[in-house]
Amino acid sequence: MTPETLETLQAARAARRPVALLTRLPDGAQRLHPDEALPPALAEAAEAALRDDRAGPVTAEGESWFIQPQTPPPRLIVVGAVHVAQALVPMAAAVGLAVTVVDPRRAFATEERFAGDVTLVDDWPDDALLALRPDLRTAIVTLTHDPKLDDPALDVALKSEAFYIGALGSRRTHAKRVARLTELGHGEEAISRIRAPVGLDIGAVTAPEIALSVIAQVVAARRGKLA
Amino acid sequence: MSGSEDILETARAWRAEGERVALATVVETWGSSPRPAGSRLAVTGTGRLAGSVSGGCIEGAVADVAKQVMETGAPQLLDFGITDERAWEVGLACGGKLKVFVEPLT
Repeated sequence: MTPETLETLQAARAARRPVALLTRLPDGAQRLHPDEALPPALAEAAEAALRDDRAGPVTAEGESWFIQPQTPPPRLIVVGAVHVAQALVPMAAAVGLAVTVVDPRRAFATEERFAGDVTLVDDWPDDALLALRPDLRTAIVTLTHDPKLDDPALDVALKSEAFYIGALGSRRTHAKRVARLTELGHGEEAISRIRAPVGLDIGAVTAPEIALSVIAQVVAARRGKLA
Repeated sequence: MSGSEDILETARAWRAEGERVALATVVETWGSSPRPAGSRLAVTGTGRLAGSVSGGCIEGAVADVAKQVMETGAPQLLDFGITDERAWEVGLACGGKLKVFVEPLT
């Protein structure tokens, strides 16, 4: 791999720009899609690899190529810069999620409480979520326990294509939340997208244990294993 | 979540430190291979490793080839778990088969 190819790949990653690396086997000649003009068969295969986020071999015009897509990391938006969120951030980063923590309360979303690979946003949750535009590669979890903060976030989340929506709170808390979201005009099917009580049932008690159960559930959703 | 660890960034950092670096990439798998196509292992001339191309069964053999690749500058395409007479042939305990492409980071 040449320094130029490596720099282009890393710049694309930093900019969250999808790019496919094509390597001819066995001589190792490399091309980038969509940066370079490619024969139609290769360009199509590269496009498919990006769409499916799947690497694999392809034969085109008698040549063997290996196509490796580099897609932007899926995102996790956490509403509530609370204790569980502090435990969640490093675990999310470890499984390859780009994490944003949203909390308008001044004392919570601080650099001191959140070191490392995380974006902190102090806007109101609905404004923040609208600006972040959750898509098919976004998971959203609300942790504030406060309807004033969680509900506006869930309202926006339910109108999005987010692949995972989770909300902290007991069954009783959730029943009241369902009533409020119904009043906001959300149907039963939409509301059933919300995972609550949040996380896989591993008997989690401490903040890191709850964070682990949430991350496990997000991974299961991402991998199509969530019942 | 594929490629969650940024092996290329590690490789770039090692290169910037003046290390010689080779990159190994799983390009095809059959059966029960532990790491999917696209999985990467970076290897340096001084023997540092980042990432993986298997569950640990073939990393040693790949690192040996990586050193040759750094010496010669010529990439190599390796078959593992397939019966042949090559010196670097090692078995996969899991019974899987895979192809690994090893290239120098120039």
